[in-house]
Amino acid sequence: MKLDTSGLESFAPLSAPIDDLCPDLSAPPTFDLPRSADFDGFQKDAIQMVKPAKGTTTLAFIFKEGVMVAADSRASMGGYILGPGLYYVDSEGGRLKGTRFSVGSGSPYAYGVLDNGYRYDMSIEEAAELARRAIYHATFRDAASGGVASVYYVGPSGWKKLSGDDVGELHFRYYPVAPSPTEQEMSELSPA
Amino acid sequence: MECVFGLVGDGFALIAADTSAVHSILVHKSNEDKIMILDSHKLLGASGEGGDRVQFTEYIQKNVHLYQFRNGIPLTTAAAANFTRGELAIALRKNPYFVNILLAGYDKDIGPSLYHIDYIATLHKIEKGAFGYGSYFSLSMMDRHYHSRMSLEEAIDLADKCIMEIRSRLVVAPPNFVIKIVDKDGAREYAWRESIKDAGVATA
Repeated sequence: MKLDTSGLESFAPLSAPIDDLCPDLSAPPTFDLPRSADFDGFQKDAIQMVKPAKGTTTLAFIFKEGVMVAADSRASMGGYILGPGLYYVDSEGGRLKGTRFSVGSGSPYAYGVLDNGYRYDMSIEEAAELARRAIYHATFRDAASGGVASVYYVGPSGWKKLSGDDVGELHFRYYPVAPSPTEQEMSELSPA
Repeated sequence: MECVFGLVGDGFALIAADTSAVHSILVHKSNEDKIMILDSHKLLGASGEGGDRVQFTEYIQKNVHLYQFRNGIPLTTAAAANFTRGELAIALRKNPYFVNILLAGYDKDIGPSLYHIDYIATLHKIEKGAFGYGSYFSLSMMDRHYHSRMSLEEAIDLADKCIMEIRSRLVVAPPNFVIKIVDKDGAREYAWRESIKDAGVATA
């Protein structure tokens, strides 16, 4: 279903369109509408989907091999990645170009781990582990962050998901529990 | 905690600004350039919150460029300052921009000039001025040591004095500053004063 918006045009184009470059310029402007029984509901859902929920931890940084991006699973990402660069964009119209950013309620915790471990010339594995670790530490301290730590790499040939680990599992991987002697005695006694 | 200050010297104007981009307790960036080069002979030092600083100053820059494209000649510093003030005034009663601006420029037959434009669209042509908490320290410093037709060396020395005073006396003082100048040869970056070096991308 196409919506003809030519009635909204109030003036002719300023210059004649270059036909070989933009052949569609002379046609009336249109766009496709989604095939849905409830268009208003669809619109509402679409807006809700992109609304950034602020209880989260996300981070991204540039290093020698490209860009590393990581986020917890509680909400959508707040960062926008562009080419070899990295931009932080917020809903108030702020825009910053930089090499390291973290966004969300857990971001101060992530920054600490990220800043301390950062080196420009890291390997992809080292950078991924740094990103994963920073997200883990933020989810540990921030009540509004948690779930799965997803890590993505963005390089010359595109983006690739590197890992998605449950932060609860990461906790025991980083800080394994050694069974104490008392616990061992109790577990030996229990069948009796 | 954003600091911008500026002064007019002998055949040049100078603007210095801190370079930290802050969100409540977080410093997102400590090398953010807040002094925009408006055109070949104009500098716009701005301090303000959220997206207002970037959005408003880029809007002014594009319109200054547009004037030059349309008319073949650049705006004078006074005209650019009045245009900026006008835009702030129009927005004021509907959707104000919370940005304070120091606009420095060099015009061929007028020489250097500095304009002080605050967020409620007050405009003054000044010899020296400052915005932000840093102004409490830099204004008195400039009042004490400033004289008209200062040389570049004297003016940079005064700017450094102000920066050192801000660093030592302002709680949560910004660590890094950038200094830009504009004279008959154009607007350009003069120096950075960094006490915290960001571990950024290595220069290839």
